Order: sequence, then structure tokens, then C-alpha cells
Amino acid sequence: MIRYIIRRVIQGVFTLWAIVSLVFLLFFVGQNDPARALAGKAATVKQVQSIRVALGLNHPVWQQYLIYLNRLIHLNLGTSYKLRESVTALIGQWVPIDIALAVGAGIIWLVLGLSIGILAARRPRSVWDRSATVFVLTGLSTPTFILGLLLLYIFFYILTTHGISIFPGAGTWTPLHVNPLQWLRDLILPWITLALITAATYARLSRSSLLDTLGEDYIRTARAKGLSERRVMYRHALRAAITPIVTQFGIDLATVLGGAIITETVFGLPGLGQNVVLAISREDLPVIQGIVLVAAAFIVAANIVVDVLYAVIDPRVRLS
Amino acid sequence: MSLTPLETGLPPLEEASEVAELGSARAIEGRSPLWLALARLRTDRMAFLAAGAIILMALLAIFAPLISAATGHDPLNPNLLTGTNSFGQPLGPGQGGYILGTDNVGRDILVRIAYGARISLLVGVLSTVIASVAGTIIGVIAGYYGGWIDAVLARLMDTVLSFPYVLLAIVLASVYGPSLSLTIGVIAFFSWAAIGRIVRGQTLSLREKEYVEAARSLGAGNLRIMFVEILPNLVAPVIVLGTLLVPTAIVFEATLDYLGVGVGPPTPTWGNMLADAQGSGFQDWWFWIFPSLTLLITTLGFNLLGDSVRDALDPRTERIFAMRRKSGRGGADGADQEAEERLLGEAQPG
Repeated sequence: MIRYIIRRVIQGVFTLWAIVSLVFLLFFVGQNDPARALAGKAATVKQVQSIRVALGLNHPVWQQYLIYLNRLIHLNLGTSYKLRESVTALIGQWVPIDIALAVGAGIIWLVLGLSIGILAARRPRSVWDRSATVFVLTGLSTPTFILGLLLLYIFFYILTTHGISIFPGAGTWTPLHVNPLQWLRDLILPWITLALITAATYARLSRSSLLDTLGEDYIRTARAKGLSERRVMYRHALRAAITPIVTQFGIDLATVLGGAIITETVFGLPGLGQNVVLAISREDLPVIQGIVLVAAAFIVAANIVVDVLYAVIDPRVRLS
Repeated sequence: MSLTPLETGLPPLEEASEVAELGSARAIEGRSPLWLALARLRTDRMAFLAAGAIILMALLAIFAPLISAATGHDPLNPNLLTGTNSFGQPLGPGQGGYILGTDNVGRDILVRIAYGARISLLVGVLSTVIASVAGTIIGVIAGYYGGWIDAVLARLMDTVLSFPYVLLAIVLASVYGPSLSLTIGVIAFFSWAAIGRIVRGQTLSLREKEYVEAARSLGAGNLRIMFVEILPNLVAPVIVLGTLLVPTAIVFEATLDYLGVGVGPPTPTWGNMLADAQGSGFQDWWFWIFPSLTLLITTLGFNLLGDSVRDALDPRTERIFAMRRKSGRGGADGADQEAEERLLGEAQPG
């Protein structure tokens, strides 16, 4: 087990290195010039050059790459070109928003998706099942930003124009420690947006996984023993059917932690997702690199945790 | 909506008569798997509805210049003179001869939606075709040869699948500048691996079949076995995956546009229209409701059709249902999934 984890972590470090190098390479192949972008349109050649030297962009590309890797090994993500702050500190400021988003939305989509999946699997081809299918297909077909816009329109615009202002519009964010109630109001619509879209996948996954399990012989045995349908469903079937859902949940949670780009853009939440889009438009390479690294690290870590959890939940799985 | 009679009425008539003709001609010859699939599809009302929606969008895309000519409204040029009211605000649906209203610079929403359909369908279909062809070829090669070739290709597919792809798509678009060809390329690049992985799994089992051995003993080379013997058995699963990939690609394209890194403005795309709409506030609801609805109808159409095609291509869906119902076991998706696995695991009769 320990050896397995160590091997996976080493593999994960290599994956991260590959992704970070790819982003680095892309920027230099694209021949972007952050110094020129920073200096502004009115800058002289000399000013641009001095910025270039200050940022270390005057070195050959391979040297910049080695300097970058060396800093990375010392866990230093560098300094933002634009914001003049350490990238580590900036990410520290932004990531609480993504944690709040991921945890809140994660709970909603898990509960919602599982309930719909169970409801559908209990009576296949019933009205419930068909409604579940409609929910799943609509969820899969709806772009996140359209759902976000729709919720903003209904719960912010229409309610507010009728004098009911419960939900704030896009672009407001209150940290938890400043005002917990306002924090909650800022987050409810983004949570629902993320959760509804993601829940569709969970409903489909839990339904098909449950139906597979319900066809197993031990379920018939459980029924033959005279166990209640409720006990069969929750104690016997759900336990075995939950493994693929755990996998999906781990990876989805990690993806949101690394920045819910679209949801954050629609609702104007200054998390990793919105800031990476801003950084890309500003050619702020250290920030882009930092966020890509953190986002990829979340996914790599989630993959390892999920695989280990797999073995814990399901005794049939052996790690090798 | 006024679309409904078109959706339900037109295409079924056409297709039904086509299938009926096909049926009477083939009735004596016996039934091919394709015929059986079509016959099953014919009884699926959902499939007709979905196909109707898709055909409607295709017509909209094809006749976009005609709609533009008939209304006399240009999709690109701002028209502040007659396209907005005396306060410079957009016109609502039905005002001033604009059926769906105008946007913030007085352009006809209907005309722009029609032109947007061209981009969405083009990106959706083209990137899916590229991804399917690339995924199938790479998947077949990986599965057929095995060994180190398989190890390298499988690893590559896993890596592509674990990319934070929206992020990398934005980086790519910002580095090379947003464009239509880049958008198609990016979407294809992040989609082929999903198909490749499934095709590889299929090929792993197909290459052990007797007919492959028979072909080899007759002197067929690797290329011939891969692309003449094995490939036809992969057509059904790839069609199903492809149909389900189109809506994903359309959503992906709209999202890139919305974030400003897809096909750049002023090209009329649904995503660009929605990005414009959000920038100008909520009071002009027609500005974003109509592009959203069109997008939803299209993606829902493809998803529904994909589901129906999957059911239709599986010869045993109904029988499994009957069986399961009798023994009191679960139904649809369990069967669907098993069916899909079988569809993938065991080839259609070749």
C-alpha cells in the first residue's frame, strides 16, 4: 500500500512537470512579449528593455526555464508581473473561494444526483425514471454559463425589480469572516449552478451502477432472506454501487478546487478560475503557471486519493 | 413555441416513407443489422423529435443568407439608425420588423442566430469527425499491436484525458489568437482520446476473434486486418460516441466564445451573442433568451438522438427488458450499459 502510494506520487510529480513545461513552452512558441504588454502602448524601446531585464526575460528561453524549475523546486511560484505580489500569496487569497464553491456545490450535487439516481433505479421505466432521464439529458445539454445567466435573471433581476433583493447580482463577494450571512447569499446561486449541471452526471452514473448491482445474485439472496426493500437498496446495493461515484466525486471536486472558470466568470467571483482568465489576458505568466500547477496538482492528488479509497471501500480491489 | 409543429410534423413524414420503401424492397431479402436499427429507430418518437430539431437548425444554417436577404438585415453591420429606438435601446421582438428583436447595436437577432447555427454545427460536426477518425485510428493501432506501442499510446490518451482542458484551451486561444480553425482543433484535440480509449478496448478483444485468425491464415497483412476486418465492427460504437460528442463540442465552442477565446467577435456565434448580452444587462431579455434557447434545442436534440441511436443499434435492448421485467430485475440503463458493453465487446455480425 505505502509503496503503491509512493509510486503514484512520483508519477504525479512527472505529470505536473509535463503540464507546467507544456504551458511554459506554449508561451514562448507563441512569441508573446509580456514586457511590452506591461509597459503599455506609449513606452519607449528602452523602457520595454528595462522591464524585460527586471523580469528576467532577457535570458535565453532554456535559461529562463531552468531558473523557473529551480524556483519551483524551492516551492517558489515567483512574482506576478502585473500585481507585483508573490504568486503563492495571491493563490492563498483566491483559493478560499474555490474551496467554498467546491464544498457547497459538491454536497448539493452528490445528494441531488444520488437521490435522483436511486429514485430512477428503484422503478426503471416508471414516470420517475423518465423524469430522471429528462433531468440528465437537460443537464448534459445545458452550458454552465446559460444556467448561470438564467438563475441570475430569475433570482437577481426579476426578484430585485419586484423589490425582493435576496440574491446579489454578479460581481459581489464577501469573505466568510466578514459577514457569514452575506457570504452565503453570494454563494447560493453559484452553488446551484455548478450543482445542477454536475448532478446530471451523478444521476446517470448512480442509476446505471445501481441497476447493475441490483441484478447481482446476492441481491436476490438478500430479497429471498426476506429483507425489506429499503434494507436491500441501502445496505446491500448502494454500498457496492457507490465505488464509481466516489471516483467521479473525487475528480469533480478537485476540478472545481482548481478553479470553476465558467461559474466564477458568470458570477464575478474572484477565485482561481476568474483570475487565471484575467492573467491570461494580461500575459501574466507566473500567475498562469501557478494556477495551472495548483489546478493540475488537485486533480493528480484526487486521482491518488480516489484509488486508495477504492481499495478501502471495495475489498475486491487490490492495489499493485 | 412556434417551432413545435415543424419539429414533429415535417421530418417524420419524410423519413417514415423512406424507411417504408426500404422495408418493402428488403422484406424478401432478409433484414440487415442497419435495417433493423432503422426499424427500431422508426418507432422511437423521441428520435423523430430530436432529428426534427437538428434538421430545423441545419435549415436555419443553410438558409441564413436567404433570411438575411429576405429581411434586409445584415448579420455584421451595426444598425443604430433603424435597429434601435429613439433612446438608442434595442428593439423588442416584433418591433420594427425584427421578429426576435435586435441587439445593443441594432443587429437582427434572428439573422445572427441563423448565422450562428452555421458556426455551431460546423464546429460540432467537424471537430467530432476529426476526433472520431483520429481516435479510431489510434485506438485500433494501440489495441491491435499491443506491447510498447500500446503502452505509449494508452499513456498518451490518459494524459490528454487528465488535462485541465478548459484552462489549456484558453491558454492556446490566447497565445495563437482566437479563430475558427483553432477552436475546431482545440476541441478535436481534447476529444479524440475518449473515443480512442474505447476503440482500443474493443480492438483488444476483436483481434482474438476467429475471423481475424482466418484472415491472417489467408495471408492478410496487419493493415488489412486492422482496417478491413476489425474496423467495420467498430462502426456502431463510434457512431454512438460521435453523436454524443457533437453536443459536447457545441457546448465547448459556445463556452470558449462566451469566455472570449473562441471564434472572436464580430462573427455571429451563439456564444458571442450571449457574451454581448451579459455585458449589456438583463432588461432586454430577448437578447439572450433566444440564443440560449436555440443552443439548448440543438444540444438536447443531439443528446436525445444519440441515446435513441444507441438503443436502436443494440439488437437486444428490448429482449433484455422483457427478460428483466419478468424476473423482476432492473431495466433500462443497466441493460443499456450491458448492451453497450456487449455492443463494444462483441462485434455486430460483419
